[in-house]
Amino acid sequence: MATEPLPLQKPAAAAPRDAVPATAPRAAPETGPPLVRFDDVVKRYGDHVVLDRLNFSVRRGEHVTLIGPSGSGKTTILRLLMTLEKVSDGVIWVDGSPLSHVAAPDGSLKPASEKHLREARKKIGMVFQQFNLFPNMNVLRNITEAPVNVLGMDRAEAEDRARELLDLVGLSGKIDAHPSQLSGGQQQRVAIARALAMRPEILLLDEVTSALDPELVAGVLDLLSDIARNTDITMVCVTHEMNFARDVSKKVLMFDAGHVVESGPPEKIFSDPEHERTRAFLDAVL
Amino acid sequence: MNGFDWNAAGDALPLLLKGFEVTLLATVLGTLVAAVLGLAIAVAGRAPSRWVTVPVRVVMEFIRSTPLLVQLVGAAALFSSVEPLTIGIVVLGVHYATYTSEVYRAGIDGVPKGQWEACRALSLGPRRTWQAVILPQAVRNVLPALGNYAISMFKETPFLAVITVQEMVFEARKYGADHFAYTEAFTLAGLVFLVASYPTSLLMRKLEKRLGH
Repeated sequence: MATEPLPLQKPAAAAPRDAVPATAPRAAPETGPPLVRFDDVVKRYGDHVVLDRLNFSVRRGEHVTLIGPSGSGKTTILRLLMTLEKVSDGVIWVDGSPLSHVAAPDGSLKPASEKHLREARKKIGMVFQQFNLFPNMNVLRNITEAPVNVLGMDRAEAEDRARELLDLVGLSGKIDAHPSQLSGGQQQRVAIARALAMRPEILLLDEVTSALDPELVAGVLDLLSDIARNTDITMVCVTHEMNFARDVSKKVLMFDAGHVVESGPPEKIFSDPEHERTRAFLDAVL
Repeated sequence: MNGFDWNAAGDALPLLLKGFEVTLLATVLGTLVAAVLGLAIAVAGRAPSRWVTVPVRVVMEFIRSTPLLVQLVGAAALFSSVEPLTIGIVVLGVHYATYTSEVYRAGIDGVPKGQWEACRALSLGPRRTWQAVILPQAVRNVLPALGNYAISMFKETPFLAVITVQEMVFEARKYGADHFAYTEAFTLAGLVFLVASYPTSLLMRKLEKRLGH
């Protein structure tokens, strides 16, 4: 479905943040420093501990899938990364900077202001299970709203880019439609285009096919595989769709009760899991 | 008691219609005040600082716990140099704003959490989030309820007569006193209210149905 060339690679010095000298060189996934690092991250809701001193990292350009039983904290990880929620303890590092903290002069880390968070999250995009398109805007406005108002992109330029992205997701004909006129699969494609329009370095995918009718799942998965293959966007996915984990990701992390039980390439995890917990989970879902 | 004097009724009609213009003006402008101020109160009620939310709550409770009539007379006494119609419009608007703000609040609460999260995920600032995403959806949800408050305000405009605003019921009472034809004047005034508000509420019901998701 993907038409080439894909309009996804970042043109040099297009987005404002590209004008700032990069802090870290673009390194190959296997060697560079981690782009995302969870450092003893704890998340509690009242007495209920969802994540208990979680440590894991994702390298630039890596496509990581988080699997595990419901309630194991996978979605919470994405929500913390998107700063939709605050960590109870520990620090998340993105590109060498603390995500939801700022360093005080004495070197200690203090919780960041909402304004700082808004800046920090520009690097990160998210696609939601329930799409969350803006129902009061047509498809074009859904995609251009943030580039124009957050990145300060020229409206004509943002619309050109939206057209390219709609082409990529196979919905060129729906540019004037409202979300309520689209199927679930189409809405999710628009949501993917909307997230990509912000040129994120990290794309978070939260159960993006769970709310779709079965016959619409494959199309969205194909699209995401294309994006994974043809871009350098770092992807972190939560899914129950094991095909997705196999096709899209290079690394699978198995979670249980707020911990990483096991991690490795999908072939390894799916065919020869080391842990009993992983085996039991895979037996149940496959 | 004599029968209904049709001549007197015909005689009173032009006067009543003149008063009706004032009634309509007070309703339209009062609704405007209530719509704008109510929205401001609803948004302020969600402010992160208690220095904003607590005073807003106190003033709202005060206004809602006292009768409109008392507020009208009080405001007229307090601002005796201001034209009564202006006072009437402002008091009506402020009084109803305390109710419309609750309507807006419900409308804002009715916008799914995912919409806020999508805004945050796209780094939209608070201004843009409210303006472009939350309020358009919230207002759409509550438009029929706001319309019903406008109709209800319309029917309360006769209170303005107490502070000498020459709206329709003021004119009716005057005509009744001058010609000793209260029955005719008030019946006619009631009919004018009915003719104006019934179709409007039908229209609101239609709008409600059309907006129903």
